[in-house]
Order: sequence, then structure tokens, then C-alpha cells
Amino acid sequence: MTRALGLVGTIALATALFGGTAGAQTIKIGVNEPLTGAFAASGTYVVNGAKIAADEINAKGGVLGKKIELVIEDNKSNPTEAAAVAEKLITSDKVPVLMGAWGSSLTLAVMPKLMEYETPMVVETSSSGKITTTGNPFIFRISPPSAIEAAAFKGIVDKLALKKVDFLVINNDWGRGTAEDFSKMMKDKGITIGLVETMDQGAQDMSAQLSKIKSSDSETVIVTTAVDQLTLIFKQAAALGLKKRIITTGGSQNPDQIIAQAGAAANGTMHLTTFLPWFPDKTPNPEATNYFITEWKKRGFEFAGCTESFRGYDGIRTAAAAIEKAGKAEPAAIKAALWDINVKGLNGDIVFRKSGPEGKESGQSQPNVYLIEINDGKVEMKTL
Amino acid sequence: MSEFLQHLVNMLVLGGTYALLGIGLTLIFGIMNVVNFTHGVLYTFGAYIMFIVVQQFGLNFFLALPVAVLAGWLLGAAIELTLLRPLRGSDIDTTMLVMIGAWIAMQSGTLWIWGGVAKSVSTPFPDAPLVLGPVSVSWLRLFVLAAAALLIVVTYLLINKTSLGRAMRATFQDHDTASLMGVNVDMIYTSTFAIGSSLAAAAGALLGPVYVIFPQMGDLAAVKAFAIVILGGLGNITGAVIGGFILALAEELGAGYVSSGYRDAMGFVIIIAVLIFKPTGLFARAERVG
Repeated sequence: MTRALGLVGTIALATALFGGTAGAQTIKIGVNEPLTGAFAASGTYVVNGAKIAADEINAKGGVLGKKIELVIEDNKSNPTEAAAVAEKLITSDKVPVLMGAWGSSLTLAVMPKLMEYETPMVVETSSSGKITTTGNPFIFRISPPSAIEAAAFKGIVDKLALKKVDFLVINNDWGRGTAEDFSKMMKDKGITIGLVETMDQGAQDMSAQLSKIKSSDSETVIVTTAVDQLTLIFKQAAALGLKKRIITTGGSQNPDQIIAQAGAAANGTMHLTTFLPWFPDKTPNPEATNYFITEWKKRGFEFAGCTESFRGYDGIRTAAAAIEKAGKAEPAAIKAALWDINVKGLNGDIVFRKSGPEGKESGQSQPNVYLIEINDGKVEMKTL
Repeated sequence: MSEFLQHLVNMLVLGGTYALLGIGLTLIFGIMNVVNFTHGVLYTFGAYIMFIVVQQFGLNFFLALPVAVLAGWLLGAAIELTLLRPLRGSDIDTTMLVMIGAWIAMQSGTLWIWGGVAKSVSTPFPDAPLVLGPVSVSWLRLFVLAAAALLIVVTYLLINKTSLGRAMRATFQDHDTASLMGVNVDMIYTSTFAIGSSLAAAAGALLGPVYVIFPQMGDLAAVKAFAIVILGGLGNITGAVIGGFILALAEELGAGYVSSGYRDAMGFVIIIAVLIFKPTGLFARAERVG
């Protein structure tokens, strides 16, 4: 009995010692991303981008003299899991700052946990307007909300001579928010809104929705979802002989993957994207972009993933810059420091401005939005 | 009108694969009375076999299909021998729990080996669809429909016209009497489960290339298979086939004319209605109870 107790004591002491030293040597950043489920491809790309940022920072000596350590957890593309993962990262791993959670519904599910534990999160991908307008002061978003996307798109609407538009969007906060913001902008421009069709995030057969759109009298379809579902839509639209102009939004299209998997069906399609890996010299910070793309290729990842993974890279650099500025790895200090940073992001300078109700504003940076067109299997840039 | 015709064509193509999923499960769930939670995993397994054989080994697409069916048969037989045989005679709850465990273990295994990112399989069919007036359909899907129809007919003949089929029906009607008549009951249990499993794997192998392949792809497929079996009546092969087409029709027309947001809910609305008004399924024969 005494020996058993002694053993338990030793283990407890050892755990405390090792736990303590590990905590002292590294600064943890929690990463809450979908690595399985409907958004697995996108979440995995973001995590790979995040790892490049961590390695780059650590190679240069880390932050505050310590290495940063990414604690990566899978939220399974499921909002319930995303909230549980955030709680686990904050309470058990004791991370002072998080990055996540890819999808708008996933991020919205995490937000109450950030309030509860007063821990800031850098939002790298989500685009629902609600995220930065509901009054959560722990949210710092580097991706464009769908209203910014819609505003950027406004300039080209006349040139495209849009008359009547249908929507096919993923049935969650992201898709419905996009349909809402784009409809509002287009109605102001005198464009008629036709069908607004939705699809479940796990749906694999969109033939019914596409058949309906095929028979409508609109000339353009706006499609919002992530790359896996997009390639299925392009294939199924081609099989149904759908001849309308397709424009996608959301920045998770991975155009090269669409070209590879949908072939000729991709020609003539347009995509609103938030990064230009095809034209590094036209990006706001060419040097950083070239470094990132070279490193991405060196690690053997598919080039198609760049349009998604750069957000993980920028997100971690944003979190690390805030830790450095704060001078200590504590949630409150990092939250305050996030307001003062200026990071050379791959899609424009990351500087947070206040958004949402006064007194509890969220941070929102102003990233660029680009429109690209696929022609003859190649990506071309359109001027907005 | 042209939209309606297109929906009908979509329904035929989708219904064929639903029917295939349904008959595999009706053999196991309906006839053997095993609540088979591994049905979806076997569907996923068939799809990954296609991926391995076609993409990794570079073998012919048409050769890969029988390989997937055979692999599904072997995995089904292995599940029956190792998990179900020791449990024979135990109550339905115990078996159900073990099958849930097997489902989770096998799905996690797939995730562990292949990761969560979806894979796709290339096919020898042309990208351009077959266009018939106002409707068009891809060649791959027509092939899937034809293959599903063939498998359904073969299964029907196997159960109703062969001595193996007669022995299967006899065994699950009255285990002891069948045994006394010289039926090798153990062999019948294993082969029934293996046949049902190979049909699930076949459905996955046919549909994997149509969609994309990922570890959780079988979950929704399994839920739909259970819906079809309940719709058609437990153990009723014809019922499962018709149930498959009814589910596809409800989904197509529901998404086309009601709301696409509730597409996957349509089937379950029908099931609730069936369970309330005709709990033995739409096509169940009159049966003595008690």
C-alpha cells in the first residue's frame, strides 16, 4: 500500500515537473480546424499553412525567446465538436490564444466559449457577417465577411451585364449569409434574384437542385461552398448540360483542383478569391508570398491548396505577432495587443478595426478580394 | 415539363443505387434479424477498394468492381465469423452494441489509414453526357444503374430460385427444423451476412467514383438503407427495390418542388408516415402474429 502510494506520488510529481517545464519552454497556440467531415480538405490545408508559419517563426528564434507550439485539434466539421475542442484547448492545454474554426457555423459555436474563458481567437476563414457584428470582443477576423466580398463584386456587376441570378449555397451560416448579402447588393443594382437553392454540407448529390436551376430563366448562378462539394457540382452540372455562367464565392474554391477534376466544365467559370498564388507579384506583399509558395511546394503539398492554406499561415503569424507585442503569453494581454499589431499578410496588411456594437467590438482586418476566371484550363485575373 | 423529366431521370439513376443498398441490408436486418450498423462501413470499404485498385495499382475500372465485391464478401464473412457467431443466441441489444463498436472501430481505422481528405476515382467514361431531348445524364451514372439492376436481379434469383436461397429462407424461418433437415446452419449464417455485405461494398464501389470517397461517406448511406428496408418491409427484396425508388423520388421531387434545404428529410418524413400507418412496411405480406 505504502509502495503504491509512493509510486502514485512519484508519477504525480514527474507529471507536474515535465508538464511545468514543457509549459515554460514553449508558447502554445490552439488550432481548431475541421480535419475530418465535409470540410476536411480545407481544414487540412489551413493546418499545413499554420505549420509553415510556426516553423518559420521558430527558425528565427520563436517569440519572447521561446518556441511556439501548435496544439492542433479536429472539430470534425461539426459545431458541437468545435465548441468542445475550444473548451479542451483552453482549459486542458491552457492555450492563451486560438486560431479557428474555418466554417462560420463552427466559429459561431466556439464564440460563447471565448466569452466564458476570456480567450481571444484569430478567425482565419469564416465569412458570415454575424461573427463580427454580435458583440464578441474576443474575435479578431482576418478573412473578409461576405458583405465585403459583395461590395468588391459590385464594381464588376455592370461589366458582366448580369440580369437575373440564381443562388446555390451551402445550408449554413456561411451560405445563407452570402446569399443574403449578395442579393441585397444585386437588388440595389437592379438585378433580379431568381431561385435560392440550398444543399446540406454533407450532401453529395446536387442533381435535383441543378435540374431546377437548369430550367430557370436566369443566366448566372452564384455558388457558395467548399472545394469538395464544388467539384461535385461542376461535374453534375456538366452531366445535366447546365450552360449558365457560374460564379463562386467564399475563397475556398482551390481553382486548380476544380480545373483538374472538372476539366472542360471549369472553363468560363469565375471565382471570388482572397489570394493570388498564380501571380505572386500582384499580391500586396510579394516577398512573403514567394516565401510561402516556395515553402509550400518544398513540403510536397498540392499547389491547389495554396488559396486555402495561406490563411493558416497568416493566422498563426497574426497570433504570434500579438504574443510578441503583449510581452507575455496571457489571454488578456494578447487580446489587447491584437489591436496594435500590423502584420504583412499575404493578402494585405493585417490591422484590426472595430466592428460591432460599441463597448464590445470585434476586430476585423480589411483583406483584398479578387475575381479570377478559368479559361482553357488556366487561371486569369479579372479587374474588379 | 423538361424539368420534371430531368427529375424523373435523376430519380431512376439514384433509385437504382438506393435499391442496391436496401437489398443488402434487408438480407441482414430483415432476414437474419441483425441490426447491422456495419452496413455503411462496408459501403465505404467497397469505395476505398475501388480507389486502391484503380488509383494506386492502376488496374482497369471494370476489373476493380468484382474485386470490391469479393473484398466485401470476405470482410462480411470475417465479421460474421469473429463477432456474430460467438454472439448467436444472445439478445438483440448485445449484438447491436457490438455492431456499433465494429462500425466505430472500422471507420476510425479507415480514417487512420487514409486521412479525412476526400479521394476521387477516375473512370473510363466520357465527360460529355448523353443528351436525349430535354434531359441529359452522364454515361457513368447509366452504367451504375445497369450494374445495380444486374446485381438486384442476381440477388433475387439467388434467394428465390436456388437451393442456397431456399436453405437461407428456411434457416431464418425456423433454425432448428432447418438444421434437422440437414441444412448447414452455420454456413448459411455466414454466407447470408457475406452476401449482404458484398452488396453494400458493390454499392460503394459503384457510387464512390460518382461522388467522392471519404471515411464517413457510409453514415448517410446506412441511414438511407435502414429507411429503405423499413419502407419496403423487413426481408422483402422486391419491397427494398421499390422502397429505394420511392425514396429517390421523394428526394428529387422534394428538392425540386418543395425545398432543397429539406432534401434529406423527405425520406424520413415518409418513414414516419409508414411507421404510423403501415408499420410492417408498404409491401409486407399478411403475417400471423403470435
